[in-house]
Amino acid sequence: MIGLPELIAGVIGVALNAYALTGGADFGGGVWDRLATGVRRERQRELIAESIAPIWEANHVWLIVVVVVFFTAFPAAFSTLGTVLHIPLTLMLIGIVLRGSAFVFRSYGPHGRSRWGLAFAVASVITPVLLGTVIGSIASGAVATAAEHVRISGSFGEVFIKPWTAPFPVAVGALALALFAFLAATYLTVDARDKDLQEDFRVRALGSAAAVFVCAAAALVLARSAAPRVAIGVVGALLIQAATAAAAVTAIAASWRRRYRVARIAAAAQVSLILWGWLLAQYPYVIPPSLTIRDAAAPAVTLRLLAVGLAGGAVILLPSLGYMLRIFKSGKVEK
Amino acid sequence: MALSLGFHIIFAEIGIAMPLLMVLAEWRWRRTGDAIYLQLARRWAKGTAILFAVGAVSGTVLSFELGLLWPSFMELAGPVIGIPFALEGFAFFTEAIFLGVYLYGWDRVSPRAHTVAGLIVAMSGAASALFVVIVNAWMNTPTGVTVEGGRFAAIDPLAAMRNPSTFQQVVHMLLAAYVSTGIAVAGIHAAVLVRRRRSNRLFHHHALVLALTMAIPAALLQPISGDTSARAVARWQPIKLAALESQFATERGAPLRLGGIPDEDARTARYAVEIPRGLSLLAFRDPDAEVKGLTAFPHDQWPPLAPVHIAFQVMVMLGTAMALVCAWAASVFVRGRDVAQHPRLLAALALLTPAGFIATEAGWVVTEVGRQPWIIGGIMRTADAVTPMPGLFVPMMVFALIYVGLATIVAISIASLVRETT
Repeated sequence: MIGLPELIAGVIGVALNAYALTGGADFGGGVWDRLATGVRRERQRELIAESIAPIWEANHVWLIVVVVVFFTAFPAAFSTLGTVLHIPLTLMLIGIVLRGSAFVFRSYGPHGRSRWGLAFAVASVITPVLLGTVIGSIASGAVATAAEHVRISGSFGEVFIKPWTAPFPVAVGALALALFAFLAATYLTVDARDKDLQEDFRVRALGSAAAVFVCAAAALVLARSAAPRVAIGVVGALLIQAATAAAAVTAIAASWRRRYRVARIAAAAQVSLILWGWLLAQYPYVIPPSLTIRDAAAPAVTLRLLAVGLAGGAVILLPSLGYMLRIFKSGKVEK
Repeated sequence: MALSLGFHIIFAEIGIAMPLLMVLAEWRWRRTGDAIYLQLARRWAKGTAILFAVGAVSGTVLSFELGLLWPSFMELAGPVIGIPFALEGFAFFTEAIFLGVYLYGWDRVSPRAHTVAGLIVAMSGAASALFVVIVNAWMNTPTGVTVEGGRFAAIDPLAAMRNPSTFQQVVHMLLAAYVSTGIAVAGIHAAVLVRRRRSNRLFHHHALVLALTMAIPAALLQPISGDTSARAVARWQPIKLAALESQFATERGAPLRLGGIPDEDARTARYAVEIPRGLSLLAFRDPDAEVKGLTAFPHDQWPPLAPVHIAFQVMVMLGTAMALVCAWAASVFVRGRDVAQHPRLLAALALLTPAGFIATEAGWVVTEVGRQPWIIGGIMRTADAVTPMPGLFVPMMVFALIYVGLATIVAISIASLVRETT
């Protein structure tokens, strides 16, 4: 039955989706910044900086929204994740801090670009990988197992290391990185102001699409053994998978034929479908296979207030976001 | 965690007050057409951007840290304090969006829209502070919950937000942000004006005047807010008041102790100057009122005495100093004189540059350490809230390093920003 807890879980899904599409792409931008090559290297970097700078903070806030709504609505699950995934989450935070600092230093600090460029690049790689790893370890049921070990006081390795170092979570981490790089390259083809730059990022989009394919295949194969629920869910939900595949093919074909705007929409759809494929596959669990949305939910009064707050917030937020994107991403290509 | 918050509070203060300065400058520019104001607005906008970026990052760290370090606290309190945190999230989001518009939209939106964007940044910054301080106020004086067997049996998050500390703490924090930042900015420019006689005087003069415009009203109101806060503490958190004042015995007509070091064994504060009946008068508006002493409470509920007492003295002293200097500056303004021509006032301001931030940190110690051993006043002990993960000093060190790093970055960036103008 769909009630308030499920609705709020849905909102978290939407916010996570928004973060993947915006903040995720910003991480991808960091990857391409490091991999900038050829005669247009500096111009590639400038384009990346210009297209990220005005919006990265707003994009980043999606993650804060996810965390805050999550701990308000599902405190028991938040508590478990904070305990079991302490190490990868802390490492992810370091990545986030490094990246934010690099942004600040590049824009306002004294000149020391190259060193901070490295920090930026490292952060842009490890943060998505760890985000994916965290998701992978939740999906595989390893977190639930480790949470049991906390109760029966298992060894340090069993509780705090094992859940996120298995092959499946790592594969999901790689997949997240590939997806974000792919998203960023696709967005940048639209943001680029001249044909040469567009071509540069078109090639990068196609290349990272191949990486996405490899990682996704690896994750799916591993899912059969390591994450039974996801395997049943994703493979069972043929419709979603077919739609994901269709979006992927559309994105690649559109990039190939230089229909960049179409490619951007298709790539965003592809990432969203993968995310929702995962969320629906583990429904009704927050932490499969033990903690359901209902079990983890906060008291009804909190959920009701939260829902009111979220609705009110959305009324202010969505027009503001639209305004910002209209100002900065109206997309003009000068030939 | 305390360390993270200790850093974050400074980032946040500047993040709240800097946008106000930047909008003030822009408004003056649009009214007068004086290009110096535009220069100032842009400069302060950069400062805001640095602080916001770092504040955003350190805020993210904090929201994760809640779960990473205090999982049990969050499991218990999440449903209660999540609501203000969620509202804070939205305020922060709004701030992020409009700061982006402000910083990168100088020639993309109309002048009016641009100023309004700046105003929204300033207001949503203040709103964020409101919601976060509400959470802290609730931890001090929890309401809206009924406890049964270590769990909350019934909760009412709205009643929790209206707990008895909320109003005083929010006002005190917001004023603190405007005073601290205003004094710091005024101090930096005053220092330049004192030392250098010629270069770019007008720029620093304008900056000084704007900063004082923000700092003076806030600094003069702050002692009043401090007084009402102390009275609220006296009523709702008597043990904290006793620790602040090193009041060991319960007595009528309790003295106000200035300075001194609390001595737990001798049950007295050494070297303190006592003003007879002062505490009873200030806290209860009655020179003969009874003040509960520490000995009225079990020893295991005492907060660490020395840090709380000393921090409180530091906060009050610096707050008073800032209020006095601001009153002096105000009298110069009222007489129609130029503040930049008063070398002694300038020197005093320059001396007080870090005073607001030090006072803020001291105030933070007062409210947080003063609440120990509780994480939620009278309901949950801090020791019971901490994560079961072994080797806790490792993440503690990691987070400490993160914050030292962030602070260094802010310092270097701001320094290079200040150097550009001098």
